[in-house]
Amino acid sequence: MSGIELRALSKEYPGGVRALDALDLSIADGEFFALLGPSGCGKTTLLRTIAGLESASAGSVHIGERDVTTLPPGARDVAMVFQDYALFPHMTVRDNIAYPLKIRRQPRAHRFARADEIAGQLGLDGLLARRPAALSGGQQQRVALARAVACRPSVFLFDEPLSNLDARLRLEARTFLKRLQRELAVTTVFVTHDQAEALALADRIAVMEAGRVRQLGTPREVFSRPANTFVANFIGSTPMNLLDGEVVGGRVAVPGGTLALPGTAGALSDGAKATPGALSDGAKAPPGALGDGAKAPPGALGDGAKVTVGIRPEYVTLTADPAGGDLSGTVVIMEHMGTATLVSVDVDGVLIGATVPEGDEPEPGALVGLRPVPSRVLIYDRETGELIS
Amino acid sequence: MSVARAVVRRIATYVVLGVCTGFFAVPLLWLLSAPFDSTPRYAVRVPSHLTLGNFAEIARNPYALSSLVNSVILTLGTMAVVVAAAALAAYALSRVRIPGRDALLYLLLLLSSVITGTAAMVPIFLLIFQLGLIDSRAGVVLVLSGGLLPSAIFLLKDFVDTIPRSYEESARVFGASPLQILRQVVVPVARPGLATIAVWTMVQVWGSFLTPFILLRDPGKQPAAVLVRTFYTEGGSPNLALISTFSLLYSIPVVLMYLFAWSRYGFRFHGGIKS
Repeated sequence: MSGIELRALSKEYPGGVRALDALDLSIADGEFFALLGPSGCGKTTLLRTIAGLESASAGSVHIGERDVTTLPPGARDVAMVFQDYALFPHMTVRDNIAYPLKIRRQPRAHRFARADEIAGQLGLDGLLARRPAALSGGQQQRVALARAVACRPSVFLFDEPLSNLDARLRLEARTFLKRLQRELAVTTVFVTHDQAEALALADRIAVMEAGRVRQLGTPREVFSRPANTFVANFIGSTPMNLLDGEVVGGRVAVPGGTLALPGTAGALSDGAKATPGALSDGAKAPPGALGDGAKAPPGALGDGAKVTVGIRPEYVTLTADPAGGDLSGTVVIMEHMGTATLVSVDVDGVLIGATVPEGDEPEPGALVGLRPVPSRVLIYDRETGELIS
Repeated sequence: MSVARAVVRRIATYVVLGVCTGFFAVPLLWLLSAPFDSTPRYAVRVPSHLTLGNFAEIARNPYALSSLVNSVILTLGTMAVVVAAAALAAYALSRVRIPGRDALLYLLLLLSSVITGTAAMVPIFLLIFQLGLIDSRAGVVLVLSGGLLPSAIFLLKDFVDTIPRSYEESARVFGASPLQILRQVVVPVARPGLATIAVWTMVQVWGSFLTPFILLRDPGKQPAAVLVRTFYTEGGSPNLALISTFSLLYSIPVVLMYLFAWSRYGFRFHGGIKS
């Protein structure tokens, strides 16, 4: 068992494409760690560099206490599950699972005994004599996992382990994967472009963009306090509302009205002007804690500051009375999402999303009021996109 | 009106098909009937006197059976060289990024088809002569292999390109050495492609005439395709009895190979050859 330590890790491809840009990352022993980002952000390159399939241009990779930067993949004591599972089509399931042990020159009987044992644990009994082509996607995935487990590595590396499964199976496999990782307690790094998968599985998430880590934190931190507008946009099953705003008299002017700055007394009552004193009332909360509206806004928010206001649709309350909200507009689009409905409201030409429970949907074209949950309003610097409060 | 036209069209179709069928069937029928005829002619006919005497005469010919053995030796030798060399070259060309790789491949293929064995025969003869490989089977195997390799590499590279790299990467992460990866992963996965190349090579060599004809002097080393040229009567006319009988024997291994490949792979060949 061992953690992973990346120091100033860079990877530049011939031709000048910079896939990794001086990454520093520390993954704890036994941690389930997600690399999340859109395609082309360098997450797979990072995983492959940890595995040794790509060589680092600069910086170092440590696994446990060892510097493995220049070691070949086979000497790093890692196991990797590929997106296409890479099961050898000419071998049976048993041979596939036992293959890592064959490489280590373990006796045949021992290899097969271990393969059978692991296959049993992963619910693959009865399939051992089959070829991979005769298995379903979910079974293939479990064979690939079994093969990785068979070599008892100190680190698991999963490259999009769930993306080749259909939606229903993916949920099942997700639970299975998490349980397996808990039981084995092996440091695991997995790559995904699916934010829901990362939120559900990982102990910590690194959200990547263009070879850099844009935010590093627990799923809860990343979800409730995205560090910048990139992460805010990327995380969440419904896109976050990002509105251009301007600080005016301790409030934020957005299209269609003004909102209380998060953490001010005014945030609690609609329409009431925030008193300047209220700004100092807020007690600073430890970062990462679930915000309860008690965070003090930084002094940087003077009048006229250009900001971007981020509010998740889940944290916007819809009222039938247009005057009862902070903002008002007409209902334009409704998207059903099972237990809830995403309602897009046109507020002075800007669409703002709000989710309402099923059965509470307004009529399309109705005039409604919107009231964001004040403690969930996030303020970003419009220039840099970084979180202010 | 249109019915009559359809009938005419159908009749025309069958006439064309019949002519084509006859064109290909007649030589085959001759090959099947003439060896059993005591006095074969060019015509296809049911043998007037059924006989196996032609086969006995072939057996008495000092070079006939050994030439078939020679053909097998040349074929298997060339196949081994071509498959081994093409596999390594195709694998390297498929996996290693070399600038101008595709251009190189196309150039090889182009040159090998423009400069045919016939056109290059004089320099090849001189080369083999200076290497001291005239009148040796090894020389023939090398020359034939050289001629077939560009196409073989081209076909096989296409095939290896379709094998996902993740197979090899997966084996690498488990600690397999390059040789282990080649033996345990790449070759088994590429087997249909290798079989295609092997069969194709054997067919090419089995029928090759010019190269062994020029490079081999000793009739005891000549393959069947070369030997069949010597079957003349004392009068100088072709000995049809011997030629037909020998041709039948000569074609049997090819038919067997076809049956083997068909039963094994059902002609679901991959890579450059369409299924």
